Amino acid sequence: MSLLILAQAAADSGVDKFVGAITNGLSLGAIYALLALGFVIIFKATQVISFAHGAVAALGAYLVAYFATVLNFPGGALGGPAWLQWTVSAVFAVLATAVVGLVLERVAIRPMIGEPIFSIAMVTIGLDIVIRTITNDFISTDPRPLGDPFGTNIWEAGPISMAYSEVATIIVTIVLVLAIAWFFRSRIGVAMRATAFDQEAAMAQGISVGRIFAIAWAIGAGLAAVAGIFSSVFPRASQGVSAETAFFAFRAFPAIILGGLDSVPGAVVGGFVIGLAESFAGKYMTWSGFGVGFSGIVPYLVMMLVLLVRPYGLFGTEEIRRV
Amino acid sequence: MLEVANLEVVYNDVVLVLRGISLQVPDGEIVALLGANGAGKTTTLRAIGGLLDVHEGDITKGSVTWNGERIDKKEPAEIVRAGITQVLEGRRIFGEMNVEDNLRTGAFTNRNKSSVDTAYTRVMDLFPVLGERRKAVAGYLSGGEQQMLAIGRALMADPKLLILDEPSLGLAPKLVQQIKDIIVDINKQGTAVLLIEQNATMALSIANHGYIMENGKLVMDGDPKKLLEDEDVQEFYLGLHGSGERKSFRDVKHYKRRKRWLS
Repeated sequence: MSLLILAQAAADSGVDKFVGAITNGLSLGAIYALLALGFVIIFKATQVISFAHGAVAALGAYLVAYFATVLNFPGGALGGPAWLQWTVSAVFAVLATAVVGLVLERVAIRPMIGEPIFSIAMVTIGLDIVIRTITNDFISTDPRPLGDPFGTNIWEAGPISMAYSEVATIIVTIVLVLAIAWFFRSRIGVAMRATAFDQEAAMAQGISVGRIFAIAWAIGAGLAAVAGIFSSVFPRASQGVSAETAFFAFRAFPAIILGGLDSVPGAVVGGFVIGLAESFAGKYMTWSGFGVGFSGIVPYLVMMLVLLVRPYGLFGTEEIRRV
Repeated sequence: MLEVANLEVVYNDVVLVLRGISLQVPDGEIVALLGANGAGKTTTLRAIGGLLDVHEGDITKGSVTWNGERIDKKEPAEIVRAGITQVLEGRRIFGEMNVEDNLRTGAFTNRNKSSVDTAYTRVMDLFPVLGERRKAVAGYLSGGEQQMLAIGRALMADPKLLILDEPSLGLAPKLVQQIKDIIVDINKQGTAVLLIEQNATMALSIANHGYIMENGKLVMDGDPKKLLEDEDVQEFYLGLHGSGERKSFRDVKHYKRRKRWLS
């Protein structure tokens, strides 16, 4: 990614450079927003930050690579144009990742209900190591391209030039964000908020806490997989899925902290703010005194500044207490 | 009809909290369960509602039956679906959500839209104040309003049996009176009520039957009017001496006084 930015920075000037920073920032921010949404949903239901999120994202991207390019299933069986086949296979792989999320919750998290939050967070760190090791073993040293239909095509309109995949990232993110916003107003979504607030009281209303946890993990894993896809295609990665994909998710951390851990709008706004900050820093803060890769630090600087002013993040709920 | 028979509950595998409780709540009646702190009232409720797991409690003996069916091994969600809902001690509303969403969580097990609408109208009739504050954040309601919200939320599941754990806790006398009237209203609409209280006067004044618990056992039960006249009940729950006069604390010597619990 940084190579691309450097190459563009050399070629760009003036308006082009500015617009480039915006489009790049928006598409990067969209990926961060997807990752942050996954974190937020799992956090809202279970009060735990899943440290396994990055590993799940990498696993999801790997599954897409496997289903779409190696097996061509189930898209291949369906026929139709190549991009449709790929999309069907990719959606299938995302759903498969959601099922993995269900299994993870059932096997590792469900037995921990009622235990201290800290212990559960530790379990997710363990999950991260296990999933990452297994996924890396599958990836091995081969390049694992996703075989996506976006390729290296660029869409150009006036000063705007974006890769097809970047446009797709933004569209998919908008659709998913709207879907999640709707979900939290639905029956299950309201139950999820209730569970997050007071598990025992939720149980007394007849809400099955275990089932809510499972749903949260499934949605979180699915979102991670989608983010995993877009972070493994051109222009974010040149080789497809790699061991690096698992660490990409942690770059969304400043986004969730910035937006507030338990807020859906916060995750979205946080994601885009961090994406834009990183992109602009990459284009404009090129003074040699900063050294190489300064743009990677900028998200954390922004996060720290925001936390100084708003300790709960931009949209996080402050604890409500009646005096 | 709810029947609890010889119930024994142990916390953390060592602490024996209920030592063989048997009680019945017939359909359409109000039953009061009284007792001092630590007597095991809330534990009895948890056993009925299937909420012991969260507190590391286990039923070691006895059974809970609802309309002839054993429910002591069931999940809380199944029990709510079967028609028993409880209002936990201390209200336990979802403070960060608004009033309407709180009520919607109560209707979680109620999948039938028209039945939810009926329940909602009923709650709004019983508690007009909740209607006025529909969009207010629940955590900012007054104590009385929060209690009403907690009761309303439980009613959204359209229960046959409503269990209330200390609804008068921390409320001003006027509000206690109001809550009492509401309980009577709810009962008149056909819902049986199991009322756990420390406020014995209030509970016994509306109940059809009363139970008194001490140290995990039922020590007395019977007609509330008879209970109100009982010497021990008067002294330990109503703060009156036999003849109804106040007594000097110098003469009390609580520790010497033997409770006879004659019924």
